[in-house]
Amino acid sequence: MTDILPFLKSLISVSGLSAYETPVANLIEAKWKPLVDETSRSRLGSLHGLKRGSGKSPRSSVLIATHMDAIGLMVTQITDGFLHITEIGGIDPRVLPGTPVVVHATGGSKPEDLPGVIVMPPANLLPEGEGDKAVALKYLLVDTGLSEREVSKRVGIGDLVAYDTEPVEMSGENVSGHSLDNRASVAALTICLEELQSKSHVWDVWAVATTQEEVTLGGAKTSAFQIRPSIAIAVDVTHGRAPGMNDWETFLLGKGPTLSIGANIHPFLYKRFAELAEKLEIPFAVEASPAFSGTDAETMQLAADGIPTMVVSIPLRYMHTPVEVVALKDIQRTGRLLAEFVASLQADFFEKIVWDPS
Amino acid sequence: MISIGAQQLKLLEKLCNAPAVSGDEGEVRRIVLEEVKSYADEVKVDALGSVLVTKKGSGKNRARVMLDAHMDEVGFMIVSDDGNGFHRFEIVGSIDVRHLAGKQVIVGKDHLPGVIGTAPIHLVHDTSGKIELNSLSIDLGASGKAKVGEYATFATKFKRAGPSILSKAIDDRIGIAILIELLKHAPSNIDLCLAFSVQEEIGLRGAKVAAYYFEPDLAIAVDSTPARDLPAQNDEENVSYNTKLGFGPAIYIANSSTVDDPRLVRFLEETATKEKIPYQFRQPGGGGTDAGAIQGARAGVPVVSVSVPHRYTHSPISISRVDDWKNTLNLLHSALKRITPALLR
Repeated sequence: MTDILPFLKSLISVSGLSAYETPVANLIEAKWKPLVDETSRSRLGSLHGLKRGSGKSPRSSVLIATHMDAIGLMVTQITDGFLHITEIGGIDPRVLPGTPVVVHATGGSKPEDLPGVIVMPPANLLPEGEGDKAVALKYLLVDTGLSEREVSKRVGIGDLVAYDTEPVEMSGENVSGHSLDNRASVAALTICLEELQSKSHVWDVWAVATTQEEVTLGGAKTSAFQIRPSIAIAVDVTHGRAPGMNDWETFLLGKGPTLSIGANIHPFLYKRFAELAEKLEIPFAVEASPAFSGTDAETMQLAADGIPTMVVSIPLRYMHTPVEVVALKDIQRTGRLLAEFVASLQADFFEKIVWDPS
Repeated sequence: MISIGAQQLKLLEKLCNAPAVSGDEGEVRRIVLEEVKSYADEVKVDALGSVLVTKKGSGKNRARVMLDAHMDEVGFMIVSDDGNGFHRFEIVGSIDVRHLAGKQVIVGKDHLPGVIGTAPIHLVHDTSGKIELNSLSIDLGASGKAKVGEYATFATKFKRAGPSILSKAIDDRIGIAILIELLKHAPSNIDLCLAFSVQEEIGLRGAKVAAYYFEPDLAIAVDSTPARDLPAQNDEENVSYNTKLGFGPAIYIANSSTVDDPRLVRFLEETATKEKIPYQFRQPGGGGTDAGAIQGARAGVPVVSVSVPHRYTHSPISISRVDDWKNTLNLLHSALKRITPALLR
């Protein structure tokens, strides 16, 4: 297995907030090009990589979706050189004061990245009572260190503001940074494609880096419709355990991916994944996802006349904060499990996917 | 005018990136000792760990002038190893708990990388309350180990942005950088006594004993003070900004620990006016500097404080202006050159 760490670090160092994924899409496309037969972009910007199977045409196909968009912030107003912001995706505003950010500024003659920091104004500058508790997002500001004049020339309303924490390698092969949700899964899918270089597979594989998962699930929905795969797998992150969190909504890092059970998941696909993981001695945890899995599976399942879907997740601590943490080992295992699953798909597998087997 | 060039910026960057929590100032002390050794007449590391430097003048009738800047910064101490890389911690000095969650830190002598994590928004039902210290841990990764008693700081690295500098420890490495530069340009009309002091953030301790040791005729604390010059969001005018970025060195008149010596306040104001150096008065009010401890040393020392303004005190990232740094350095340099024992008569 190749070392995925350098690619993972580059994935979490490049911009790609929801609906503005082009920079990260370009990075992923460059990595995937030698691993697939062709690449293309959907109308909503998702990256499609097709690796053809060895079966007779027409072949069944599996779509593996990893969303590449990340949560972040957007400039709503500028006052005296300070930026007011709103969220793109779900953010706990309590992690924001003191967070380093980059402002993707478009107000000047050419786009530029400006460093900045999210700041919490002193209590005496906020309405009565607002400064003594957790400060609401609407009162937080971004300071770029530039003068009021420079800011008004260079920053515009609608400019993106992204976390700027650098990737950090921690002990025990843990990695920390922002946007590991869901670039960790992009890395796992990349490992899957690398493994498939030396494995034969009958089915076509559509590796898809989807857009807009954090805001509309729109990328996966439209790519699933366009590709019309036989089955679809959403690979995402799930909550990793840390002190103060209960043990039924969170999963230990370093103990393998989770396989979900719930309404978004076809039970036959779950069973097949669980059996395969056991056979390969890949550890995993079962994740109960009643009703909503909170992943691309929600919309892929509903594409066209319906698609059997599966959800595989990588445990990740402190989701949507600037300091998410994953275990490299879980990424590697997820990639390997996906590759083994693809390789195990025989020509008639799709016909075997039934409800209520007798 | 002394200018701020690549060399000064490089030194400030090195000083700012070094972790030196109150009581554990070794990394900054080493940088200071290296910088002062070829310029000083005497260098002493005192019982508390402060670096005390003397540079003698050459004229007759020289005043003995103490300049103080503190080496320490606010930070954290590990108080328990809970296993699996998780460590509980205490705050050293004052840090608003609202600056903790979601930050990168470095721990111990080896600068182990860690993060202060928090429950994800998906699993939190009410975000109106502060995330309190007792619910937070430093996560050092699966096999990460730190010992009880080891220190930690925010991991933020020094950055430039237009006219500004961004760092975790502008308070008070910018003062340290100014003292080093003043030593390199020491005027000969005075005996210059420089205290690179420890433990300011937890009670002005280093400066207290340093002032006893030096027994100066007068002293100036060189620190960094909050600029709360942000837009008001409550339909009121911002009348208590303390200082403003870009308006030059902040001269103190009074704060909770001292009433600055009026003769020295006036002297600094005259110097700035004469040399055409921009300056501002820090709005009299709370807060304090090492001047509070120096003033009471032995039979008393006339003191004044001068600060470089910074925004976002004791947070992961403070912001200052290079011009304010330069003007503070030059105001002090000009002032030192004009000091005679007659000043205090």
